[in-house]
Amino acid sequence: MTARVFDLVVVGTSWGGLHALTILVSSLPAAFALPLVVVQHRGRQGDSLLASLLQDHTGLRVAEAEDKEPLAPGHVHLAPPDYHLLVELGYCSLTTDPAVRYSRPSIDVTFESAADTYGKGVIGIVLTGANDDGSAGLRRIADRGGLAIVQDPATATSAIMPEAARRAVPSARVLALEEIPAFLVALAPSSSASQPPASRRSVASRPEPRR
Amino acid sequence: MALPVTLAAAPLAYDPELEKVEIALLLEGIYRHYGFDFRAYAYASLRRRVWKRIQAERLETVSALQGRVLHDRAAMERLLLDLSIHVTAMFRDPDFYLTFRREVVPLLRTYPFIRVWHAGCATGEEAYSMAILLMEEGLYDRSRIYATDINEVVLQQAKAGIFPLDRMQEYTQNYLRAGGTRSFSEYYTAKYDGALIARSLFRNIVFSQHNLVTDRSFAECNVILCRNVLIYFDKTLQTQVHGLFYDSLVTFGVLALGSKESLRFSKFEECYEQLDSREKIYRKVK
Repeated sequence: MTARVFDLVVVGTSWGGLHALTILVSSLPAAFALPLVVVQHRGRQGDSLLASLLQDHTGLRVAEAEDKEPLAPGHVHLAPPDYHLLVELGYCSLTTDPAVRYSRPSIDVTFESAADTYGKGVIGIVLTGANDDGSAGLRRIADRGGLAIVQDPATATSAIMPEAARRAVPSARVLALEEIPAFLVALAPSSSASQPPASRRSVASRPEPRR
Repeated sequence: MALPVTLAAAPLAYDPELEKVEIALLLEGIYRHYGFDFRAYAYASLRRRVWKRIQAERLETVSALQGRVLHDRAAMERLLLDLSIHVTAMFRDPDFYLTFRREVVPLLRTYPFIRVWHAGCATGEEAYSMAILLMEEGLYDRSRIYATDINEVVLQQAKAGIFPLDRMQEYTQNYLRAGGTRSFSEYYTAKYDGALIARSLFRNIVFSQHNLVTDRSFAECNVILCRNVLIYFDKTLQTQVHGLFYDSLVTFGVLALGSKESLRFSKFEECYEQLDSREKIYRKVK
């Protein structure tokens, strides 16, 4: 078995996302060794409530991303309302470019930039949602050699988004929401106690994530 | 079957490393031939805008776009709009204006004359918003707003002061949430399908072209507003522009950035103190 090396996890969700994200982040260990970038559709006036609601349930560090913020293991970088979040080599960047099919943040925009920047180092996850944003982005992640995961539509508050993603990426792993955290932990680089935190793999300090 | 979605991105077969080379050559060509310097723009967003233009021109490669813009000035103008336009609205982020009233206006009252530089003003909506705020606080008569942008086309729109009528409802709501004390309709006249900004607001605004990448400081300012503009620059250029802002601010002058921008990742952090825990409003302290 060849171990695949991943650099980051990107997650997209819409309707029902708060519940799904809460389950996801509450089941991941604080020492989870990859950065997570999360795009949740929400209104333009959305405040920082989402970050604090999620933070209450997890040892991961949850915050709305700021421009040029370094991607860090064990951190949940939330796309802020009314911005697109783009993944660059080692950090997030934000734009106020027009909404893509009524969404800003757009899941497709974030997924596409992650795929083109980190290639096969990306794990992309589409969770519950009531539109098909994320499908084209997940397709891009799979096409660039990354790993596509779709929440089993039967376990989703709204099945539209995961069903669309599954149609767009037939090779995607379909998992019940509750199975996803353990699956991610198995894929993430080891974060065993014998390894001092300083030497843990950090995306920001790796100059050559591709190849 | 769902409609196919076109990403503003290279076709899949494109090698990302080759794409990087081609985009660097495109920007170098534009700089050497036309003088516009986009070489230190943030790559991920620049690249999306370049591909949008390639798709709109029905071309296949970055190199093809390079050929077209270098030989066809009209195509260059179209790309220039794509690359330099910032989306804006009157009283965008109402909370920012509320905080500005609470934290910054009391400081401004201590100055006999107030110079405000609005850097990257685009079509002017936020510059006029600041004029309204200063007027309602009784400060506008002793203020001057220098509103600058790199793009001459958007500056012409800003100077005209005519905005789409169908956005006035949204702007009115923003205005009220921003702490507006009058009726927003006092500030414009509806004409055909446009809203003409009240003449009294034009009085102390100067719109002019300024390039943050290549131009120098032009005044000693009490306030610099530059919201959601630096996000389009890479880290090196951000630092350079922060140097320009630092040089252009009086001691205790105020720098206002977008709410998701930060001095945290720049070397100027220790030169400022943050006036509010949430909004990125800073005061130069050394």
